[in-house]
Amino acid sequence: MSENFRWETFAESFPIILKGLGITVGLTFACFVFALLFGFVWIFLRRIPNRFIVWLVTWVMEFIRSTPPLVQLFFIYYALPVLPVVGVTIDPFTCAVLGIGIHYSTYIGEIYRSGIESVDKGQWEASVALNFSTLDKWKKIVLPQAIPPTIPMLGNYFIIMFKEVPLASTIGVGGILFMAKSYGALNFAYLEPLTIVGIIFLVLSYPSSILIKKLEVKLNTRFDKNELLKKTNKKAIRGLELKGRDRLV
Amino acid sequence: MRGLGITISVLLGSAIIAYIAAFIAGLSRISSNLLINKISSVYIEVFRGTSLIVQLFWLYYAIPMLFDFQLGSNWWTGVIAIGLNYGAYLSEVVRGSIMAVDKGQTEASIALNMSRFQRMRLVILPQAVRMMLPEFGNYTIQMMKATSLVSLIGMRDILYYGDIMRSTNLAYAPLIYVIVLVLYFILALPFIWMTKKGEAISKRGVASS
Repeated sequence: MSENFRWETFAESFPIILKGLGITVGLTFACFVFALLFGFVWIFLRRIPNRFIVWLVTWVMEFIRSTPPLVQLFFIYYALPVLPVVGVTIDPFTCAVLGIGIHYSTYIGEIYRSGIESVDKGQWEASVALNFSTLDKWKKIVLPQAIPPTIPMLGNYFIIMFKEVPLASTIGVGGILFMAKSYGALNFAYLEPLTIVGIIFLVLSYPSSILIKKLEVKLNTRFDKNELLKKTNKKAIRGLELKGRDRLV
Repeated sequence: MRGLGITISVLLGSAIIAYIAAFIAGLSRISSNLLINKISSVYIEVFRGTSLIVQLFWLYYAIPMLFDFQLGSNWWTGVIAIGLNYGAYLSEVVRGSIMAVDKGQTEASIALNMSRFQRMRLVILPQAVRMMLPEFGNYTIQMMKATSLVSLIGMRDILYYGDIMRSTNLAYAPLIYVIVLVLYFILALPFIWMTKKGEAISKRGVASS
């Protein structure tokens, strides 16, 4: 390590960066909740019995998923205000929630789908036979079985989103990366603040990934009894194993 | 768009680094040598535990200060950051696929008196690589998305030019960003196709339990 690393700078910038932690964590939660809710919108749209709509929604999801969230963020931040009809100016925080939330909702919608598909066909038939209304069928039969097995995957996405949230610093949301960069720009000392940001991320995300792994083991033993997951299509199972721990940006 | 070349070159560069890093780290993770094993798991955890944008900034701002050493150019900074980050994720795919090859295959190759190296090269890897294909396709799409970050360290990629055009004419912002998004989507299409194709290939000729 060279003499360029100064502990005084480290100590000085630490409290400043820590101030941004609240916003980073808050933004992560906001994005996550938004994505969880919006994921249901995709599911709902894809179940409309019209082939054209299903085709369209599938491609829209694919489009959102395979284009960079950073560009989507810029689109919402810079382009929405000047659109002729919409023309609303949104504050950076809400922009980030919308941008990152919508981006990850496509992934989360996909997770919901694998959960719903893993519900045994007999359960659907039984709820029809018992004359359940559509709402009751979803509320009482399908979703209670479909969602809990997907919790570890959703948890992984929470961690992934936590790591994605610093993108919001580019549109001026004052998270830890933003704080570190502005401190660096003021004092021309990027090394220490950025190291702090890296350490904070590592310290927060590593234990939570272990926690989720434990949760996964626990849930797997519980749901294996019902063999719910084994009835999922092969793709979803492989997804669970490989993406199990962590999945990226 | 002139930025297309940079985006593609960053994608190719980081993909190559990521694939190499993935195989090295993935194979070291299953190695019985404790030191190699530990080193690779530290690498994986560090790069997966922090976000790519932080790593990119760290390489860009901090490395030159820390070691008085430049990583060549912005291109190298971007490619190394993205490559090492995704290499860490992909190494888990490599490890998972190798572990997923049926144990009987290993036992059979021992019975056939193959060396460890032959066993890996001739029996295990050909099957594991097939299983990796869809995930590699997925992660390549992710890498393509991640290349948009290099505009933040001043590289002239698609998004950089999009931003320049946006700042000269604010009213065109929606159109410009839609074009940028569509360009990225067109870049992603071959990989989406490859992922779907890979899923079909990966099922053939693999003895997985």
